[in-house]
Amino acid sequence: MNMSAVKIENISKIYAPSPSLGQRFLSASPARKGFQALNDISINIEPGEFFGLLGPNGAGKTSLISILAGLSRPSNGKASICGYDVVADYKNARRSLGVVPQELVYDPFFTVRETLRNQSGYYGLRNNDDWIDEILMNLGLSDKADANMRALSGGMKRRVLVAQALVHRPPVIILDEPTAGVDVDLRRSLWDFISRLNKEGHTILLTTHYLEEAQTLCGRIAFLRKGKMIALDTTQALMAKFGSEDLEETFVQIMHTGSEQAA
Amino acid sequence: MNPLQQNIKFGSGFPTLLRKELLRFWKVSLQTVAAPVMTALLYLLVFAQVLEGRVQVYGTLSYVSFLMPGLMMMSMMQNAFANPSSSLIQSRITGNLVFVLLPPLSYLEIFGAYVLAAIVRGICVGVGIWVVALLFMPLWPVQPFWIVLFAVMACGVFACLGLIAGLWSEKFDQLAVFQNFLIMPATFLSGVFYSIHSLPSFWQAVSHWNPVFYMIDGFRYGFFGISDVSVWHSFSVVFCFFILASLLALKLLASGYKLRT
Repeated sequence: MNMSAVKIENISKIYAPSPSLGQRFLSASPARKGFQALNDISINIEPGEFFGLLGPNGAGKTSLISILAGLSRPSNGKASICGYDVVADYKNARRSLGVVPQELVYDPFFTVRETLRNQSGYYGLRNNDDWIDEILMNLGLSDKADANMRALSGGMKRRVLVAQALVHRPPVIILDEPTAGVDVDLRRSLWDFISRLNKEGHTILLTTHYLEEAQTLCGRIAFLRKGKMIALDTTQALMAKFGSEDLEETFVQIMHTGSEQAA
Repeated sequence: MNPLQQNIKFGSGFPTLLRKELLRFWKVSLQTVAAPVMTALLYLLVFAQVLEGRVQVYGTLSYVSFLMPGLMMMSMMQNAFANPSSSLIQSRITGNLVFVLLPPLSYLEIFGAYVLAAIVRGICVGVGIWVVALLFMPLWPVQPFWIVLFAVMACGVFACLGLIAGLWSEKFDQLAVFQNFLIMPATFLSGVFYSIHSLPSFWQAVSHWNPVFYMIDGFRYGFFGISDVSVWHSFSVVFCFFILASLLALKLLASGYKLRT
């Protein structure tokens, strides 16, 4: 069976002005028009791909990821993870997906190990300690396992976020700007680890503002701007098309020519 | 099933979420259990000193004995409310609510975990106050079944209200509005400190519109076998409120109210 790892079909997202409690209760929708964050996006990511989602701030990258993760509902269109619809079959879709959120969030009540055990338990996986130990080791967190989350540095907290996304061995991993504000050492070790996961068969979807990272890692790249997809191709083809030496130059050209190309 | 997840058997996330919600208050039990017990003890000491021997309720009951179940119930309800509301608002403000939203937890599992943990905290506080009260007076229930039933239902109602308040509030002061202008007046004016028969008839009638009155009255019936209204009447009112509050909380969770955009 040949199934897309991530399938995004004509997704649009309009953030309506938040419906009031009363409207929610009556399942009514608010009357006013809202902000269009995504406009008719379609992307097909094959199993085992390392895919980059690039674009300036506010392009809609996180909105798209939120829809895949079930944190947000599309206004139009459909999305699926490993063939499971993110709305209709959300249980299987979320089991197949690991998300590393952009914000550095943590629960100050728990230690690193407790945090990972909790996360694992939310997926209904108990006695998952062997795998948790393996993740801790691979992310250089073994000696911090019993430290409280509050006591960790920013970089360490970032590693825990990655670890949390991996507790259920998801075939698809989404990383939303995982290296923002992270030192060189951690960035390297993080990419080594993610690349290894990719080689083992995990599909990776990455957003980043570090274009040299995207250039090295991503096989294919989609460019978003103001909620629209303005380019989608292999990294090499994109650079060749714009005759640029690196992805940064391509990025600048794509963003400023404003051409809307068929994906 | 994807080959990468071949040996994985996914179960329900409910037990872990429940455990996490229990640990959340248990780890700070000095603040979440011992503190309310202490507050109730202070009420007891002050009122016992001032009023003991001067007021009798239902003809035979000393005021302090009468007061005890009300104090227990008030603290239980306040703590059952506090647990889900503070958990949700803290998770929302710190952003870690996302860890509960990313896994495949259904809204029923989320509801069950938050409400059950709140009931457990309420009961812990209630038992704590009872044990401390036993040092001062014999307070043995005549109908334990009703005590347990009313305790669970009242904590359940306030757990649901806490869940709703936690979903609705975006800031701590919004939560405080809920707590100080709704929960506190409803509990204080419900017959914790007096039998409503001692009120003028107008205020008696008003009290009958306060659901908390029935929670406390039914709970007190379990201790003394005496109450302002029939225990079955109280049971029906509280049970209906429990269903109503649960449905409202479930509806909000299912719609993703302020959780999923």
